[in-house]
Amino acid sequence: METSKTTSLDHLGVGRSARIVQMDLRPMEAQRLMEMGLTVGTRVTLVRRAPLRYPIIIQARGSHLTLRKAVARSIRIQLTGP
Amino acid sequence: MNETNSLYIAIAGNPNSGKSTLFNELTGLRQKVANYPGKTVEKHVGVLQDDPDGNIRVIDLPGTYSLNPHSPDEEIAHDVLMGWSDDTPRPGLIVAVVDASNLERNLFLVTQLLSLGIPVVVALNMMDACRASGIEIDVVKLEQRLGVPVVPTVGSRREGTAELKARILSTLKQPSVPRSVVQIPDAAAREVDRLAAHLQAHELAAAESAHGEALRAICTENSFSHPRFAAARDPLKTTILAARDSLAQAGFAWYAIEAEAGYQWIETLMAEVRNVREARLTFGERADYWLTHRIVGPAFLGLIVLMIFVSIFALAKPPMDWIKHLFGYLAVLVVNTIPAGPLQSLLTDGVITGVGGIMVFLPQIMMLFFFIAILEDSGYTARAALIMDRIMGRVGLHGRAFIPLFSSFACAVPGVMATRMIDNARDRLLTIFVAPFMCCSARWPVYLLLAGAVIPNTIVLGFIPLPAIVLVSMILLGIVAAVATAALFNKTILKGVTSTPAMELPRYRRPRLRMVLQTMWERSLLFVKKAGTVILAMSIIMWALTNYPHRPDAAPDQQIKQSFAGTVGRVIEPVISPIGFDWRIGVSILSSFVAREVFVSSMATIYGTNMSDPHRAADLQAHLRSELDPETGLPFFTPLRALSIMIFYVLSMQCVSTIAVVRRETNSWKWTLFQLGYMTGLAWIACFVLWQGGRLLGWS
Ligand SMILES: Nc1nc2c(ncn2[C@@H]2O[C@H](COP(=O)(O)OP(=O)(O)OP(=O)(O)O)[C@@H](O)[C@H]2O)c(=O)[nH]1
Ligand SMILES: [Mg+2]
Repeated sequence: METSKTTSLDHLGVGRSARIVQMDLRPMEAQRLMEMGLTVGTRVTLVRRAPLRYPIIIQARGSHLTLRKAVARSIRIQLTGP
Repeated sequence: MNETNSLYIAIAGNPNSGKSTLFNELTGLRQKVANYPGKTVEKHVGVLQDDPDGNIRVIDLPGTYSLNPHSPDEEIAHDVLMGWSDDTPRPGLIVAVVDASNLERNLFLVTQLLSLGIPVVVALNMMDACRASGIEIDVVKLEQRLGVPVVPTVGSRREGTAELKARILSTLKQPSVPRSVVQIPDAAAREVDRLAAHLQAHELAAAESAHGEALRAICTENSFSHPRFAAARDPLKTTILAARDSLAQAGFAWYAIEAEAGYQWIETLMAEVRNVREARLTFGERADYWLTHRIVGPAFLGLIVLMIFVSIFALAKPPMDWIKHLFGYLAVLVVNTIPAGPLQSLLTDGVITGVGGIMVFLPQIMMLFFFIAILEDSGYTARAALIMDRIMGRVGLHGRAFIPLFSSFACAVPGVMATRMIDNARDRLLTIFVAPFMCCSARWPVYLLLAGAVIPNTIVLGFIPLPAIVLVSMILLGIVAAVATAALFNKTILKGVTSTPAMELPRYRRPRLRMVLQTMWERSLLFVKKAGTVILAMSIIMWALTNYPHRPDAAPDQQIKQSFAGTVGRVIEPVISPIGFDWRIGVSILSSFVAREVFVSSMATIYGTNMSDPHRAADLQAHLRSELDPETGLPFFTPLRALSIMIFYVLSMQCVSTIAVVRRETNSWKWTLFQLGYMTGLAWIACFVLWQGGRLLGWS
C-alpha cells in the first residue's frame, strides 16, 4: 500500500525512493529541474549523500543528479516503496 | 571558400554527451573534450571532412539541457540553433548528440530540436556505456518514432562515425523537415498560434518558423529581451505576458508545459525502445561509494593532490638537469664561436639565459598537465566538486563554480570563460572575481624557481621534499584567498542568494592514454611556443634595457644600475622596498605583466649579466643562491624574501590576458579595474605583513 505521507526531498533516506509531488521554486529554477527530468510524478531515488551531507545525489530517469540543500528542501515528495 | 554559400551543420546536445568528440571526428580538428558537463562554452567551426565540395561547415556548440537558455553558454547554443546568431546563418541540419546510457533525459532536447523546422540526424552516442550498464535500445523503433535518422556511435572509439557522416550527407541531399512529436495541451497550442500570428504580423519571424519561435518565446523567461526584438519589445512583451496569463487561467504553468508534455511522450517511447536486460552495478557506482565516502572521500582527494605535487617535484629532476645542460652547452658554443661583444652578450645573457631559464620547467609543466588531463578525463573532477560543494556554498559560490576554478589551475583565461555555464549574473561575477587566485601553470615556474633556490631540499615525513610543501602551501594560500574573498564579497558588494539547481554527476570513464598524452603534448607545445615568442622577445627587451645606455668603463653592477631598467627600478623602489623587493625584483615583476613566467626570464637576464661560467647559463637557481646582500654580505635571497615574492604572485593579478578576458566576460572596465586593484592591494598588504613581521621576529 502506498502511504500518502508527503515530506521534502532532503528527508528521503539513502536508498529510498519517492515521487515528486510539488516544487516550491522560482519559475526558472523549477523549469530547469523539470527539463533535467524532475517533473511532477517522477520517481527519484536517493543514491548517496556527499561527505558533508549535502549535496545529495539522486537518481531520476537514469541520470545521477546532485542537489544542494536549499533546492532539496523545496521539492515535496511522496514516499513510495523501498 | 565563400562563407555565405556554405552550409552549416550544428552539433547540439546535452552537456557531456560527446558533441566535441564527434565534432573532432567529423572535422579532423581537435576540440578539447573532458568528462564533465560544460567543457565547451564557445562555438567552434570546422569543415566537414570527406565532403566532395568541401563546402559544409560544422559548428560545435556548448551543451544545453533545453532550448530555454539559462546561462550564457546555453544562450550561444540557443541562438545558433534558432538562427538568431549574428555571425552564423541558420543551420541547414542539426546533429543531435544523445547519450544512449542516459537516453530518457537526453531525448528531451531532441523533442525540442524536432520543432525547429530544420532536418535532424540523431547520433546515439556512448553506445558502449549503454551496453555496459545492461541496457538495450531498439534503434529501428527509435528511428521510426522520432521520424529522423538515428545512428549508433561510440565517438571515443570512432565507431559509427563513418555511418554518421554518410547519413548526414544523404539527409542533406534530400532534406526533410521533421514533424514535431510532442503534443502540447490545446490551451497552450492556441496561445502559440496567436503569438505566431503576432510575430508574423510584426515581421519578427518567417512563416515556416513562426510557431517554433512563438513556443520558445512563451517558455523562455525573458525571451522578449533578446536584442533581435529590440525594436518591437513592448508590444511583444505584453503579448507574451498575456499568453502566459491566459495559460495560468487554464491551469497550466507556462514554464512547465514543455517539460511535462515532453517527458510524458518520452516515457511512452522509452517503454517501447528500451530494454533493461539486467540492472548492473557498474564499476563506477561501486567506486563512488568509497570516493564520495564521508571519511575516505576527502582523505583520498587530499592524498591525490599531495601525490601529484610530490611526483611533479621528484620525477622532474633528471629531465630538468638535461635541459639545463643543453642550454649551458649552447651558451658555451656561442662563447666559443662569437667574439665577445654586444652580439655574444645578447645571445648568452639575453636569449639563452632568459629562454633557458624558463624551458627548464618544461618537464614539470608537462607533468602538471598530464595529471590535470587524467582528472578531467576520468570524471573524478565532478567528485572533487561534490566534496567541496558545501564549503563553496557557504561562501556564496555557485555549485557550477568548481569547474571554472579547477580550470584556472591550468590558466585563468579558460577558467574565466568557463563561468559562462553559471546561470545567474551575480554568481558568475563572484566566480570570475576569485578565479585568478587559483594557481595557474604560469605561476609554477616562479614558485619552482624560488622554492628550489632557497628552500632547503630536506625530506619531511619520510617522502615529501620541503620545497614541495612550500609549493602546496602557495597553492592552498591561493584557495584560501579565493574562499575568503568570496565570503567577503558575498556579504558586501555582491550580496545575494546563490541558487544552484541540479548538477549532473558524470559517469567514470577509463582515461584514454592517447587523449591524456595529446592534451599534455598540446599544452607543452603552447609552453614552448610561449618561450620562443613572448619570453624570447621579453628576454631581448630586458637585455637591452639592462645593457643600455651602455657604459663601457662601468663595473657590471654599476652598468645595470644606471641602465634604463635600473632607472625605472629605482623609481618604483620606494613602493616595493617595504615588502622586501629591490629594484631588480621590481623590474622583473613589472615585466611579468605580459605573462607571469617572464619573471623568471627577466630575473635570469638581470642576474645573468655577471655570470662567469657559460655552462651554467640556465642555472638561475645557482645565481640566486650566490647573490649577496651588499649591506650585510649574507645571501640576498633568504627564505623570507623568497616567500614574500611567492606570496605576491599568489595574490596579485599579474597577467594582461586575464585582465583582457575579465573585461570581455564582465563587459565592464569598472569590475576589471576593481579586481586588479583589489588583488594587487591584497598582495602588497600580505607581503608587507610577512616581510615586516618576519624581520621583527629576526627571520631575515
Ligand atoms: N564511453 C564513451 N565515452 C565517450 C564517447 N564519446 C565521448 N566520450 C567521452 O565523454 C566525455 C565527454 O565528451 P565531450 O566530447 O567533451 O562532450 P561534449 O558533449 O562536447 O561536452 P560539453 O562540451 O561539456 O557539453 C569525454 O570524456 C569523452 O572522451 C563514447 O561514445 N563512449
Ligand atoms: Mg564540448
